[in-house]
Amino acid sequence: MARSSPEINAGSMADIAFLLLIFFLVTTTMDVDKGLQRMLPPPVDPNQPPPPPIKERNVFPVLINSQDMLMIKGKPGSIQTLRQQAKDFLTNPDNDPNLSEQPLFSERLSLTESEEKAFKILGDIRVSRGVISLQNDRGTSYNMYIKVQNELAAAISEIRDDLSMQKFGIKFTQLKNDEQLDAIRTAVPMRISEAEPKDVGGK
Amino acid sequence: MAKFRKKKSNSSGAISTASLPDIIFMLLFFFMVTTQMKENSLFVKISVPQATEVQKMEKKSLTSFIYIGRPHQVAVYGTEPRIQLNDAFANVSDIAEFVASEREAKNEADRPFITTSLKIDQETRMGIVTDVKQELRKANALKINYSARWVEKI
Repeated sequence: MARSSPEINAGSMADIAFLLLIFFLVTTTMDVDKGLQRMLPPPVDPNQPPPPPIKERNVFPVLINSQDMLMIKGKPGSIQTLRQQAKDFLTNPDNDPNLSEQPLFSERLSLTESEEKAFKILGDIRVSRGVISLQNDRGTSYNMYIKVQNELAAAISEIRDDLSMQKFGIKFTQLKNDEQLDAIRTAVPMRISEAEPKDVGGK
Repeated sequence: MAKFRKKKSNSSGAISTASLPDIIFMLLFFFMVTTQMKENSLFVKISVPQATEVQKMEKKSLTSFIYIGRPHQVAVYGTEPRIQLNDAFANVSDIAEFVASEREAKNEADRPFITTSLKIDQETRMGIVTDVKQELRKANALKINYSARWVEKI
């Protein structure tokens, strides 16, 4: 140990740090990607037999044409009433024979594993057999398509909220317990099936 | 002169700036941790539609993006909506390859969780979107996300 080295002047440290700071400030993007998450159906296997047909009362057809006009259950509809109509169809409070079937868990012939779990947690509740079928034209605008998807998702999330309120006393989105979340998801599934689009509008 | 000198001696001296680098470093680390480099520059104009039911994407590192919209340079590329993958325009037939290469780039354990985020301009027609979706189905990239802006009410 001959002599201690002289102390380095740290006065410029702040300047260097500032420079780096400004670089990261400029390049940073804080936005998180948000959107509607969906699962596409797996590709069709030609060797497999076609799935059994669904009863007509259990299908809720929503058609969008190339002029962005809606046809809901065979009648002209509007985006404002779509949510309520979808909700009525899926919950069917008055047991209307034209809306979806609502068998109790105990009335069903067989339950899948996740349905057994939901049965245990939620008790014997009515689960809709309804399927929402969405078909659009190749000329439909993407904006309208997302609006319709959004309304259908809103209808399902409102039903989930109602069920969660009734069973657990808090909204579905505020549930923390994974088992409860899964149970509600199983009891109110998001079943939106998309048919091959038509090309009538020709664009 | 005497008056000036007197005043100077009364002042308490300069504030110590010794802790300034520390403060700046703290800010620097904050931005370094939160930063996300912008991945690719867009050649197409994209204004995503609005929706109320949006969910946050869980892992940005496991997301691959497909952009569809009108090209910025209308004079060169026309006004028809085009698909952009990574840093270049692409055709519908290129999507299978794109999905495969994205899958290849990710860790094997993470592959089932890869999401394809569709950033599509709201004025696009559904024809091209449907073609892309069919290609994604064929390529077995089934988890998709329609990118949208959150609004309280439409």
